[in-house]
Order: sequence, then structure tokens, then C-alpha cells
Amino acid sequence: MPRSSLSIARPYPRRQAIASPGLPAAHPLWLRLCHWINAVAVTLMLTSGWRIYDASPLFDFRFPRAATIGGWLGGALQWHFAAMWILVFNGLLYLAMSVATGRFRRRFLPLTPRMIWSDLVSALRGRLSHADPRHYNAVQRFAYVGAVADLALLVASGLVLWKPVQFSSLRLLMGGYDTARVVHFCAMSALAAFIVVHLAMVILTPRTLVAMLRGR
Amino acid sequence: MVKTGTPIRLSALDARLATKEAQALILPSRRSFLRGSLTLGGLAMLSGCSVTDGDGVESALSAISRLNDRVQAALFDPGKLAPEYTDRDVTRPFPFNAYYGEDEIREIDGDAWRLEVTGLVADKRTWSLADLRALPQQAHITRHICVEGWSAIGQWGGVPFGRFLKHVGADLGAKYVGFKCDDDYYTSIDMATALHPQTTLALTCDGRPLLPRNGYPLKLRIPTKLGYKNPKHIRAIFVTNTYPGGYWEDQGYNWFGGS
Repeated sequence: MPRSSLSIARPYPRRQAIASPGLPAAHPLWLRLCHWINAVAVTLMLTSGWRIYDASPLFDFRFPRAATIGGWLGGALQWHFAAMWILVFNGLLYLAMSVATGRFRRRFLPLTPRMIWSDLVSALRGRLSHADPRHYNAVQRFAYVGAVADLALLVASGLVLWKPVQFSSLRLLMGGYDTARVVHFCAMSALAAFIVVHLAMVILTPRTLVAMLRGR
Repeated sequence: MVKTGTPIRLSALDARLATKEAQALILPSRRSFLRGSLTLGGLAMLSGCSVTDGDGVESALSAISRLNDRVQAALFDPGKLAPEYTDRDVTRPFPFNAYYGEDEIREIDGDAWRLEVTGLVADKRTWSLADLRALPQQAHITRHICVEGWSAIGQWGGVPFGRFLKHVGADLGAKYVGFKCDDDYYTSIDMATALHPQTTLALTCDGRPLLPRNGYPLKLRIPTKLGYKNPKHIRAIFVTNTYPGGYWEDQGYNWFGGS
């Protein structure tokens, strides 16, 4: 992949050389564990959620039965309300560790619209590498922070659907029960879109998968 | 009503409900639903487990569902009210939903009907419709939320259930209140929800006596619970400390089932 010719203009430190055994790990163990537990939880939430959606579709389509788990609405609900605990507790652990270790600040900040735009343009011209798992370009930063924020929105809108009476302030914030259903669906769609791009990027740059498995 | 095979034109809502009912009829049995559930995503995620070991997964999920019952009981604030709406917001006609089709709605003779009250109660006499109408009444316009995700707003009036339980000298420290219905449906609720101020033994819908499709002569309306916790055609109420389960709950729906 061609190296970026725009790196001189970058407002943040230049990327180091491609990961090598002598350099610090790209992803510490806690991060890798959180990532893979989250991958399992998200897969269970998506596939069971699609079956729940199918019981009363919001829009004029249904998800194919083969892409869902649970077998029927009751089974899908059991999966959804079991996997939610994994998603939430793992997510909270990830956020706490990210902030406490400073990883969030180091990896994702600074992040400005101008940076995202400039890196997006170079990415589309094939001039942006994301081959070094220890450094994220602005588009990656935006995508990862966006995925975390989107998961938070999924949990918040999900809480409204689960407990519209007990979480009444959250319900009002979401614009009511029916709107919360739409928010939950749209946030799911955004997450699914992220996963598609994320997996495509991993296929294009397999060493990022190795880094998420082995740490470097 | 509609005979099988008769060509009929359905409204969008009817069509959706009909599809749903058809799905309910072809539900796989409870024992097999999890084995059938291990498809694409499930297989990928559970590749370490035996796919045929459905009973283990099923009992784990049931255990989590029971844990969720306890979490929900802890989250439940007995003073927190479901939002109320105005007459303008009412969904008309109110959608019909049950484990059977609209052509199987039970027609109950209200004059002969009597409500049984048994279990941990002091006064076990039976109640006629006139007896219930003679008690103080309340009405609320609230949102009925189905476990499937759809919702509809309706106005329900009748006897505040907490007052009724006190009136019959129910043991308010008991864990469960169970319901047996004339359509062979059954369910049960926690005492905290039974005593919630909006929980109503409904005799009217939209200001008129319940129609058969609404559960005539008596329906329990709980704005803080999902639709399947709102039994229609109630024949008997019992107070107990022994877990009574429910028609859907015994097949896997969460027992607390409330918001």
C-alpha cells in the first residue's frame, strides 16, 4: 500500500515504523479481551435483535431467518436479554480501562473534522495507510469513537424499550417509546455498517487481525 | 367468522396481525427452539460447544431470565407511573392480539359469569359483574406495549386492583397473584405490580363495557407490563407464594415482563 505523502502536514505525530517485535504492544491484553468479548456480545445482540425485529417489523422488510438466533421470538428475547449483560459490563470495563490507562486520549485525541476530512480524502486517493496497528489515522479515530458512541446509544435506546416507565427521563430524551424503537434500529444499522467496513479493512490489512489476537 | 379458504381483503393492520397469528400457530415446541436457534451467528459464536447440547444452553438462558426477573423487581419503583395520554391519542380500533385467532374469541355470558377469588385471601366469595361495578372505579389512557414491539394507546376503566385485593383481605405480603381465564390463558404477576396505582381490573374499554375481543367480561390492565401480562376473560384470581408461571412464560417469555 502506498505510504501517505501528506504526513508532513499532519497536526499529530508521524506514524512510527510498521510494528516489529522490539516495539511496545499495539493492543494490551485487556483491550484484546474486551474487543473479542464485545465481538461475541455484539454478534449475539444483532442476530437475536433481528429476530425480535421480525416479530413486528418497523419497516417493509424482514431479516432472513437464517441470519437470526433464538428460533422464535421468546428464544431471541432470552438471547438478547442475556447478551446485554455481557455487552454492558464489558463495555463499561473497556471505557474505564481506556480512560484510566490514557489509551483513549493517546489513540483517539486530538480529533477534529478537518483532520477527518483530510485523512478521508487521502484514504480515498489510496494514499493513507492504516497498516500500523499502534497508530490510528483520523478516519479510524472517528470510526472507532463513533462505534463506541453508537454502542452507548444502542444501550440507552434499548433501556427505554426495556423499561419505558422506570427510565422515564431517558424515554423523554429519546422522544418517546416509538421514537426509541427507530433510534434503536438506526443505531443498529450504523453499527452493522461499521462492522462491514471494519471487516473489509481487516481483510485488506490482515496484520491488524494478528495485532488484535497477539497484541503486536 | 372467516372460514379457511374464503378470499378476504385485509387492512394493513389486520394483515400484520394475521401473519403474526399464523406464526404463533407454527411455533416450534419449547424444547426444540434453542436447537433450531443455533444458526449462522450462533454457530460461529458457539463453535466451542456442542451444537446438539441445546438443553444446556436453554437452561442457562432460563436461569438468566430468572435473574432478570429479580433485577427487574429491584428496579421497579411502585410509585412511578406509566405515561398517560389524551383521548386524541387513543388507537381506534384497539388491535386484537392473543395466542389464538380472532375467529376463536370466546363469547362469555356476563349474567352467568362469576369471578372466583381464592388462595391467600380472607374473603373467598365469588363476584358478579354488578358487584364489581359497585366498587369505586378508575380509568387511564395508557400505552399497551406488546412483547413483539408494537404498541397501541387505549382507555381502560374499572376497579383499582390494589383496592380490590385489600377489599378481599388478600395477604399483601404474598409473592404472586395468579389469573385463570375462560380462554384457557393463564398468567401471574408480582405483588408490587398488583398494588401499583394504575393496575386496574378493567370492565370498560374506551368508556364502554369490554367487547369480547377486549376480554369481556373482565381483563387485567397493567400499564407497567407487556401485553402478555394483561390477561383477558378472567375467571379466577388467586393469591399465592407458589410460582404460578403463565401460558407464554412457561414457553420462555420473561416472567416479570414489565417496564
